[in-house]
Order: sequence, then C-alpha cells, then structure tokens
Amino acid sequence: MAVYKRTYRRYTGELTPAWSRFLVVYRYSRRALLRSRLLTVFYVLCFFYPLFCALEIYLLHNLDFVAKYGFDVERFLSIDNKFFFYFIDVQGALAFILTTFTGPGLISPDLANGALPLYFCRPFSRAEYIAGKMSALALLLSQITWVPGLILFSIQASVGPRHWLAENWWIAASIVLASWIWIAILCLLSMALSAWVKWRFVAGALLLGVFFFGAGFGHAINAVMRTDAGDLIDISSLIATVWTSLFRIPIEIGSMSAGEAWTALLVVCGICLFLLMRKVRAYEVIK
Amino acid sequence: MSTEATAISAGIEPPAAVTAKPVIELEGVSVRFGQRDILQNLTCKLRGKSIGLLGPNGAGKTTLINTLLGFYKPVSGTARILGHDIQSDLKTIRSLVGYMPENDAFISKMSAVSFLRMLAELSGLPSEAALERAHEALFFVGLSEARYRKLGTYSLGMKQMAKLAQAIAHGPRLVILDEPTNGLDPVARQRMVRLIREIRSDPEMHVVVCSHLLRDVEDCCEEVLILKQGRIVHYSNLEEERRANRRFLELEVYGANGDFTEAIERLGCECAITANRLKMVLADGVEIRDIYRLAAEREVRIRRLNFRRDTLEDIFLRAMET
Repeated sequence: MAVYKRTYRRYTGELTPAWSRFLVVYRYSRRALLRSRLLTVFYVLCFFYPLFCALEIYLLHNLDFVAKYGFDVERFLSIDNKFFFYFIDVQGALAFILTTFTGPGLISPDLANGALPLYFCRPFSRAEYIAGKMSALALLLSQITWVPGLILFSIQASVGPRHWLAENWWIAASIVLASWIWIAILCLLSMALSAWVKWRFVAGALLLGVFFFGAGFGHAINAVMRTDAGDLIDISSLIATVWTSLFRIPIEIGSMSAGEAWTALLVVCGICLFLLMRKVRAYEVIK
Repeated sequence: MSTEATAISAGIEPPAAVTAKPVIELEGVSVRFGQRDILQNLTCKLRGKSIGLLGPNGAGKTTLINTLLGFYKPVSGTARILGHDIQSDLKTIRSLVGYMPENDAFISKMSAVSFLRMLAELSGLPSEAALERAHEALFFVGLSEARYRKLGTYSLGMKQMAKLAQAIAHGPRLVILDEPTNGLDPVARQRMVRLIREIRSDPEMHVVVCSHLLRDVEDCCEEVLILKQGRIVHYSNLEEERRANRRFLELEVYGANGDFTEAIERLGCECAITANRLKMVLADGVEIRDIYRLAAEREVRIRRLNFRRDTLEDIFLRAMET
C-alpha cells in the first residue's frame, strides 16, 4: 500500500538489541561532526604530520638512497621514544583544536531545543547517550592520535632491526595510554562545558579558557602563594607530566610526580562525568 | 465495559465492577521537589482508551506524566503502566509508550524525517523500518511536503505535528500527549483532535491527553482525571456522566403559572422557573410523560424540552470548588 494511504498502525516487526542503541547516537553524531566542510578539511590536514613521520622512517631505512643526494639523515633522525613523544605532542595539539570546534556541538543542539526528553522517554539511558556522543568524538580523535601512532610504530617495527621491537615495545603501550587519557579529558571536558553553557561557541571558548587561563591562573597561584598547588589546575602541565613519564623523557615539567598528575587527571575526568550526569537528563528538577 | 475506571482519592469511591486491565495504575504516588510536595498520595486505576488529565496550571499534570515516564522518582508509592512497574520495568514501559512533550523538543538542524528516523531507531526499530515509519508518521500528521525541511524552520503548528509524529513513529501502545494543542490555531487544533481520535481508534491503542483546555479533553477523551494542587480531586467517566445527567431537564413553557410548578414539585421534582424557562431535576420514578400530562391538564404549552447535561466545564468547576 502506498505510504500516503496508510493510517496509524502499530509496529510489530523485530527490534534491534538493546545494547546496540548507543551506536545510533554515535552514527548520527559522527555525521553531524563531519557536516562542516572546513572541519573535514582540517581533519584531513591532521594526517599530514603522520605522513611526514612515515616518510622520515622510510628515509632512515633507505640511507643509501638518501646518501646519493648528500644528506646525512642519521645525524638528525632516530626513531625512538622522543620521536613518538613529539608525534603524540603534535597530534595531541591538533586533537585539541579539533575538539574545540567539534566537541561542544555534540550535546548543545539537543539541549538548546529541549530534545533530551525525546531521547530518554525511549528505552535508552543517559549513560548510553553519553557513551554514544563520546564515542563519536573519541573515534574521530583516535584516528589522528593513537591509530596513526601505532601504524608508525608497526612500520618501524617491521622495517627496523630485530632488536628494536624487543627494546621498544613499551612505546606502543605509551602511545595508546597517552592518547586515551588526552582523548578522555578532551571529550569529557568539551561535553561537560557544552552541557552547562548550552551554547556551542561559548563552550568552545570556555574549553580554550580552561587550558590557557587555567595554566596562567595556576602559575599565578604558585607565584603568589609560594606553593605548587597551582599546578593542579593547569591541565596542560598535568598532561605533559603524564606524557613525559609514559615516554620516559627526562624533562622536568613541574613539581608534580607522575602519580599525582595521573590522579589529578582522573579527578578532572570524574568531575566532568559528574557535571555531565547532572545536566544530561530529561528535565531538570529545580528544588 | 472496557472503559471502567477507578479513582480512589479524596473521598472518590470506585465503581463496583472493575474488569479490564488498567492502562495506568497509581498506588500512593507522591513526588517531592526539595521541601515541596508536588504530587500527594495519588491512587487510581485508569482503564479507558483515551484518558484526559485535567487541572489548572501547577496542578501536577506534567509532573505525573514525567513520573510515569521515569524522569522523576516518586518518594513513596509506585505506578504501573500496562501492567509494568515504573520502578523495576522502566525500559519495557518506555518501549511501549510514545511521548509528546509540552515544550519545544527537536534538533533544529535536522530534517524532520531524519529526526524521526533517529528517534525510531532509538526505540529499537531497524534502520530501514525506522525510515519507513518516519515517512508514514509524517504523512499521517500532514507534514509530508515539509518532511525534508529542517525542523528549525517549522512554524509552531508544524512543530506540534512533528512532535506528535515522533510520538507515534515507533508504533507504541500508549501515547502520552502533554498539551497537544498548545499554540495551535482553530483549524490546526481541529486537525490535532481528529488525529488523536484516529490514533485511539486502533483497538490496541490508548491515549493520555494532558491539558488545561477543557474542550480538547472533552473532544478526545472518555475518561477524565482532575488534579488540583497535586491531589486527585475528581475522576469522571464522561460517557457515564452524560448518561447520568439525563434527569436534568430544561423546558421553555408558555402559559405556566404557580399551579404548574407546584404540581411538578408535588411529584417530588426540584423545580425553578425564570420567565418562560423552567429547570427541573426529575425525581426517581417520574417520567417525562408525567410532565406532559401535567402541562396538558393545565393548558401549558411546552415549546422546547432539553436534557441538560453537565459540560466538562461544569464538572471541572465543581471539582475546583472541592
């Protein structure tokens, strides 16, 4: 029967499994994220540095070819923990920029026009909603951080000397861990901020503010109070401490130990989750 | 009969025969926000195909709906929808219910069809079925021409229709409509009422219409629950009420004098006359032909005789006075 001739009728067909419903939110959110052409272009640009790194690895393992042109590549390049640390550092910065523009747009459209009751009047929980939204951004950021990082690691492991993998296998774990803590912080912070301010541009500005003004404010506290407690609100310093410890880079970022930085970052994640759960609900109860 | 209902609160006695399974069953439901009691010990069983929730602003209608949908937790008591408990079986309830909220609820940058498709998929429909149902629902509510337009560009009336469409797209068994005719012009209101009637005509469908507009409820519902300050003040089965009011008569008479009214009162009827209009409540055992007989004996001409039934407005105003 033609669709326009039908009147109201109940649905009696099969249903999808309950666990898979968050993937619906993931799918629609990802589509919404990549709707902007400018962001798609930026997203493509994010793969340039990994390509450049792959070229470096290629050159290092083809010294005879490079030597023909008179370059001494070996003097400048070595594929070690520093190489992957700087790789994550650059890609992490790009992930931050990408999040600033895309992260706040995940939840704010739902909040702006009160769409949340329509999600939660269905057999769909708040945790599934957050998981769906977060996975859209997390997968996007994964594609420019740990996924190319592991690909580079695999290339190096396959073309490098045999002992390289045995000596450096921990770098692969560091790439994944360093990327995931950064992704978690970026996703949760951007979503929590957008849930609270409900306006994506303000949420984007706030995200920048949390990192840049947080760092400045932290330094000011340290200088005025003659303490190191200000480092706790400097997220970029916390993440740098964690990364340097993960990649075993002997640089002193601040006074904080790696364990303290991990704890502080996990507390930040916890606070963001708490804020999200407070705001992401069908209706707010005003007591 | 299938529309029997029971309401036990504030001294309202339930009808004796209760046979059909309740659509909504409240058992001492109380909801409190901070120190404020919003719903107080609501107990009732509603069995109708179309149930009206009435009450003045702030009576707790929307809070009751939100509690039934699990958005608010009751501080005491519980409720069951189609036999499922709201505390322990919320996911099943949500899969059986379609909800049209009172306020704006949409994503402005999405087209109506993709918005409905997404929500239907969240209700568990496979992607292709969800798309088909989204198209059907939009055709059903009359938004077929505008279904690819972004929701942000819709007029208020179109947004209301889109909200109705999303409430029915996944084919629920119970549709809860919160102020469905808000902001609609008379033509659009008529259309909404017609759609609600059409939805409830499905043999397995139940509709709850929450409104403070009496006419909407009167036009769509056969059962009415009236709330006031978080309490049930009146339950009414409109069909039964209409039948019960067949003993209230309004007559237009010529040539009547005191003798005629006295004769009527001697039959045990209550009677009041103003100019040519006579209002009376027939006593038990008195039939209309007795009135005609008395009129013929006294040469009183009856020009018009109406059964005056209580409108929902009368019922509502009486409930508000309690």
